[in-house]
Amino acid sequence: MEEVGLLINGIYLKVPQGYTLLQAAQQLGVDIPTLCYHPELPSEGNCRLCVVEIGEHPRTRLVNSCTYPVEPGLNVQTHSEKVLQARRITLELLLARAPKAKLIQELAAEMGIHESRFKSEDPYELCILCGLCVRTCREIVGVSAISMANRTPGKLVTTPFLEPSDACIGCGSCAFVCPTEVIPYIEKDGKRIIWGREFELVRCNICGNYIAPMAQLEHWAKLTGEPVEHYFVCRDCR
Amino acid sequence: MMDVERLETILTQYEGYPQDLIPILQDIQDQYHYLPKDELKVVAQRLNVPLTKVYSVATFYKMFSLVPKGRHELRVCLGTTCHLKGGQRLLESVSSHLGIEPGYTTADMQFSLETVGCLGSCAQAPVMMVDDKYYARMTIDKVTKVLKLYKE
Amino acid sequence: MPKIESVDHLTEYRRQIRAQRDPKQQQVLVCSGPGCLPLGSTEVAQAFQEEMQAKGLQGKVILKSTGCHGLCAHGVRVLLRPQEIAYEKVTPEDVPEVVETSLIGGKVVERLVYQDPVSGQTAVHKSEVPFYQGQKPLVLRKLDEIDPESLDDYLVVGGYRTMRKVLFKMSPEEVIDAVERSGLRGRGGAGFLTGRKWRLCRQVPGEMKFVICNGDEGDPGAFMDRAVMEGDPHAIIEGMIVGGYAIGAHQGYIYVRHEYPLAVKRLTQAVAQAREFGLLGNNILRSGFDFDIKISQGSGAFVCGEETALIASIEGNIGEPMPRPPYPAQKGLFGMPTVINNVETWANVPEIINMGAEWFAALGTEKSKGTKVFSLVGAVNHTGLVEVPMGTTLRQIIFELGGGIPGGREFKAVQTGGPSGGCIPKQFLDLPVDYDSLQEVGSIMGSGGMIVMDTTSCMVDVARYFISFLFEESCGKCTPCREGLRQLLNILNDITSGEGKEEHISLMEEICTTMASASLCGLGQSAANPVLTTLKYFRAEYEAHIRDKKCPALVCRPLLTYTIDPEACTACLACVRECPVGAISGPKKEAQRIDQDICIKCGRCHDVCQFEAIKVE
Ligand SMILES: Cc1cc2nc3c(=O)[nH]c(=O)nc-3n(C[C@H](O)[C@H](O)[C@H](O)COP(=O)(O)O)c2cc1C
Ligand code: SF4
Ligand code: SF4
Ligand code: SF4
Ligand code: SF4
Ligand code: FES
Ligand code: FES
Ligand code: FES
Repeated sequence: MEEVGLLINGIYLKVPQGYTLLQAAQQLGVDIPTLCYHPELPSEGNCRLCVVEIGEHPRTRLVNSCTYPVEPGLNVQTHSEKVLQARRITLELLLARAPKAKLIQELAAEMGIHESRFKSEDPYELCILCGLCVRTCREIVGVSAISMANRTPGKLVTTPFLEPSDACIGCGSCAFVCPTEVIPYIEKDGKRIIWGREFELVRCNICGNYIAPMAQLEHWAKLTGEPVEHYFVCRDCR
Repeated sequence: MMDVERLETILTQYEGYPQDLIPILQDIQDQYHYLPKDELKVVAQRLNVPLTKVYSVATFYKMFSLVPKGRHELRVCLGTTCHLKGGQRLLESVSSHLGIEPGYTTADMQFSLETVGCLGSCAQAPVMMVDDKYYARMTIDKVTKVLKLYKE
Repeated sequence: MPKIESVDHLTEYRRQIRAQRDPKQQQVLVCSGPGCLPLGSTEVAQAFQEEMQAKGLQGKVILKSTGCHGLCAHGVRVLLRPQEIAYEKVTPEDVPEVVETSLIGGKVVERLVYQDPVSGQTAVHKSEVPFYQGQKPLVLRKLDEIDPESLDDYLVVGGYRTMRKVLFKMSPEEVIDAVERSGLRGRGGAGFLTGRKWRLCRQVPGEMKFVICNGDEGDPGAFMDRAVMEGDPHAIIEGMIVGGYAIGAHQGYIYVRHEYPLAVKRLTQAVAQAREFGLLGNNILRSGFDFDIKISQGSGAFVCGEETALIASIEGNIGEPMPRPPYPAQKGLFGMPTVINNVETWANVPEIINMGAEWFAALGTEKSKGTKVFSLVGAVNHTGLVEVPMGTTLRQIIFELGGGIPGGREFKAVQTGGPSGGCIPKQFLDLPVDYDSLQEVGSIMGSGGMIVMDTTSCMVDVARYFISFLFEESCGKCTPCREGLRQLLNILNDITSGEGKEEHISLMEEICTTMASASLCGLGQSAANPVLTTLKYFRAEYEAHIRDKKCPALVCRPLLTYTIDPEACTACLACVRECPVGAISGPKKEAQRIDQDICIKCGRCHDVCQFEAIKVE
């Protein structure tokens, strides 16, 4: 595979062509904070926490490292003053948006921010609109049961029409991937509740433990071509 | 109940590619004055796109509405020039004449009131539009007169 | 209309229609552009039609509805050709006199010609009107001449001549060379070199490529693209054919905002005509080149003017921008290499090829070639469209062409570049306008909106206005723009309602810096400009709001007090009826009073009082 040589924080390294700046930095062991990046998902550049400074002084600019591809000879600074200032303000803005989100509190504290100087409109908001849940449901689960709705003033993650969704299989992947643990996911008495919909859990034919909602087993069956009964036995008993 | 035939007339004009989604929604909005939920579900099925995509598109663009709009659509320009020339006051006057806030529809379903970024007739600001007709160099005292033209 | 099969056939057809037309024949050209239409141009044209019929002039006089004549402030405009008599503020009632005196009598209706507001001097002919002197119309040249719904009209003035030259006499490389040498830069905002963009796209391997015309024109206060789409649609189509040939694309898209229904109609019609005539479609004029165009309508989202969002919108998605690279030239519409240019950029192309790159490059400044169309609006006498060589100064545009500020008021600022442009103060009036000079003073060229403000505008309110516009329009995908705009708006709302604090200014500066550096797309990156420029050039106004709780321009209503001057009040009670909260009362037939505890400072009493009895402080 062809390699590209570039400079990260003054250190020259070679990485495979097609790598992003984030991957290159990781290879070097440089830590860049991210919120909307997930190695299994396509990156969209939403959170802007991963910005780095590229180019030659004085004509430098910030780009998000999670999508920007490596270029031969590119000069990259991952922790310049300009970068740190942008990350600080971005985190302070997120802290005002989601004041109780643990991850945001921690990341902000690491940069010396313990309280946001900006107004908090909803003290209970937790969602930072990173879009990981939406992409997981679409790209990995493959059902697209949730999406973003509206533009900036009222943007939110939701099922269509804010109603329980027929498409949702109750797998809970969205809740697991969410970095701020916003999506309510309840499992109790053989039932799983997510996105306002209640799913009966199927029991294992052998041990009797709960496996997953029927919709999810059917979805697996459809993906693999196995008969759905194949999944009535849990992993441990198989 | 859903008017199947009415929707079909729209759908048959398209080949059914995902990129037909927005033009189809535009046609539905034009004809129904809103996007009814049941119709949207059919559109999603027909184009073979997730309902989430239809819903996010329907809530992203300002032209679309998920609630029924009035027979006449009143758009008051709040573009820069109109803003500087009193667009906000014009809006407030229209709003109090109709008894509704922007974004809403009168109880008799005659008028919907919207604001818009710029209507491109800035030389004659402030401007408002009722359906496809422009009203230029509007003043507060002209509001009653214009509205009368559209009242039953 | 016949189907044209070959080059010779086109030449022959053009010769035929030219022969049928007598350049000396009397023509009445009624402006039906964006400014005159809402003033009743349809009714004026209708009145001409009827009056000419009544006087037996049909067939002898040609009546046309055309695109914008430029000086929209004095609409409805009517131009008589070949005499070039320019009538202004024409109403249907004036029409019989025009027909009688001018069309039949051959004389001028003096009361309908331009009159200088100061000297009182009149100008009968278009070329004598100061507004048109100093302009250099290339893109707008045909607007007051041709019927935009007639392909024949476009052909008569030499239309599709460039297409023919390009398809038969030039290689794609030669076309790109010419555009590159002309120095043409994109008219939609960023000012990227058009020729370079085309070359990049041509070099990307790929069988399927696209060209797109960006007709989203979302900048409030800008209507030049609308005027061109409505007034000269074939110029855009011809430009796109040339561009398609140059980069190797066979399909074009024109993306128009749905708020421009007439532009949609005219473009749709023009594309259909061109296709029927054989100028679009397979094997155009037997050149072996296939090219067609589709019209795509926006649905009300300013951010869709941004190229990657626009592409997403054509594909049927929400208009969220994507990080670049990849650039559209590499991976654009449906993942294919795509060139996207602005309406005015495309409309410049035919003339550049026709007249030559050097001719175009001779106009303008060192780094900004050619002309630029501006929509001159706001506090200026001659609102309308002007086209001037790059490098013309703001003073020339606003005071010489624009006729200065109405009511003898003082110039305060001019806002260029749309909602994310900047406010340029008085000390830069002699700035030669081009891409780079505007950027130096903190603004941008944008698509060419020029909004003039006088002392009645409050610059803090202007900043608040733009931020609230952008907040509504931002797609919400990335944090700095979405949350930054939210917080800027919170702060500006506080300041304009008397809740401002000293630290707000530096807080805003911090947000602005991060939005500019870290936002995903141009919307967020430039959204700080209106705040930064007003903070830089009009800081005292912010301080007056924050420290003294006063709005010097008397705009921010929560900071004002409305009272009635008992001397001036005639007890007409107009305000009493208008006041939405019943704050105004008083004895019958005596001066009225405003109860300050009830008054919500909506200012409507002030608007309706005919006697200037309502005082504002
Ligand atoms: C928020 C935003 C809105 C834009 N709106 C427009 C527009 O309405 N029309 C336009 O031609 N370009 C607009 N642009 C610029 C386009 O992204 C793009 O640069 C342009 O269409 C390229 O054409 P040009 O090179 O001919 O200027 C906008 C950019 C941004 C960031
Ligand atoms: S639980 Fe439903 S919404 Fe969440 S990822 Fe699974 S299918 Fe998608
Ligand atoms: S719900 Fe969680 S994963 Fe989804 S956008 Fe919000 S913060 Fe991100
Ligand atoms: S800068 Fe604003 S408009 Fe652009 S992608 Fe980010 S949120 Fe959307
Ligand atoms: S409108 Fe003017 S004149 Fe009439 S009552 Fe009110 S203040 Fe007096
Ligand atoms: S991790 Fe790159 S933008 Fe969020
Ligand atoms: S600002 Fe209102 S028409 Fe342009
Ligand atoms: S629209 Fe008539 S002069 Fe501009």
